Amino acid sequence: MIKLNVNNKSHDCDISSDMPLLWALRDILQLTGTKYGCGVAQCGACVVHLDGEAVRSCVTKVSRAQGKKITTIEGLSLNNDHPLQQAWQNIDVPQCGYCHSGQIMSAAVLLRENNNPTDQDIDNAMAGNICRCGTYPRIRKAIHIAAEIQRKSAEKS
Amino acid sequence: MLRKKSGSIAAVILVMITLAAFGFSNTYSPDKAYKDIPTPLVKDSIASVKAFEKVYTVLMSPRCVNCHPIGDIPLQGDDSHIHKMFPKRGADGKGLYAMKCANCHQLENTTGPHAPPGAPNWHLPPANMKMVFQGKSAHDLAKQLVDLKQNGNKNMKQLLEHADDQLVLAGWKPAQGHSMPPMSHSEFKKAWTAWIKNGAYAPAK
Repeated sequence: MIKLNVNNKSHDCDISSDMPLLWALRDILQLTGTKYGCGVAQCGACVVHLDGEAVRSCVTKVSRAQGKKITTIEGLSLNNDHPLQQAWQNIDVPQCGYCHSGQIMSAAVLLRENNNPTDQDIDNAMAGNICRCGTYPRIRKAIHIAAEIQRKSAEKS
Repeated sequence: MLRKKSGSIAAVILVMITLAAFGFSNTYSPDKAYKDIPTPLVKDSIASVKAFEKVYTVLMSPRCVNCHPIGDIPLQGDDSHIHKMFPKRGADGKGLYAMKCANCHQLENTTGPHAPPGAPNWHLPPANMKMVFQGKSAHDLAKQLVDLKQNGNKNMKQLLEHADDQLVLAGWKPAQGHSMPPMSHSEFKKAWTAWIKNGAYAPAK
C-alpha cells in the first residue's frame, strides 16, 4: 500500500511502488488536470510540486513521493485564484491549453523564489516547458502580471 | 600612558599575525594534503604520470565531462552536446527555479530510450567552484584536481575517497543508449589511487 498526500489530503493507494506518480494522480486519484505529454521528462506537461519542487511526475515513481507533500494544479490555490491563475485568465494565455497546468506549476516555483523575475529569469525557469501552440509570449507576459499581483498582495498584507 | 599605548599596539600586531597565520593555513599546501593519506606516500613521478594518463581518459569521457562543462549548462549524450532545455547551474549547482536537476533526474536511471539518467544528489559543481573538465589538457586537469581552491577543497585523502563517490559511480551505470567510461571502475580506481599515492604529478602537457 502506498500512502500519498495530495493537495493536503491523504490517500492509501493499492499500487506498485514503481508506478509513475502521474499514473497514480490521473488514473487512481482521478486528478486529471496534470497531463501526459512525452513520458520521458522532456516536455513539462506533467509538472507537479513535490515538497514544493517542480518535479516531472511522468518519471517520478510513487516511492519517491511517499511521505512528501504533493501539489497538483487542482491544489495550487483554494479558489483557482493563485496570482498565476488570475494572470492566465486576464490575458487568455492558453490556446489548446494542454500544457498549461505544467506551465503554471513551473511558473509557481519561479514566483515563490523570485517575486520580480526578469525575462532571463523566466527563460531560466520555463525553458523545460514546451507549448506546441507557441503561446510563449503570453506565458511570459502573464508571469510578469502574476508577479505584480503577488507583490501588490504582499504589500497589502 | 606611553607604555599602555605600546602594549595595545603589540596586542593588535599579535592579533594580526594570528589572523594571518590562520589565513595562510587555508591556502594549498601539498605537505599538509599528503599528510592525510593513510599509507606512506612514495613519490614516483613516472608511475604517477602514467597512471594519470589512464585517469584522464575516464575524466574526459562523456560520463564525467558532461557534468563538468565550461559553461553553466550541462552537456548531454555521447557527443556531449548542450543539454536540451538549457538547464542552468545555479549557485549550488543543483539548477534554478523549476529547472532543478532532481526534478527530472531521479534516484536511479529512468527506464527507456532518451529517459533521464539518475543517481542520488544529481548536480553540477557549484558556481563558486566550477571544476571544469571540458577542454582541459591532462596537465591542467591534474593541476586542478590537487588544488584545494579548484577541487572542492578536497585534501588527498578525500580525493582518494572521491573515486567511490555516488555520482562518480553513476558514470558506470549509464542510462539506456549511453556508453560506459573507457575502463571498469576498479581499473579506474586503481589508476586514480596510483596517481595520487605516487605523488599526484601532472603530465607535461
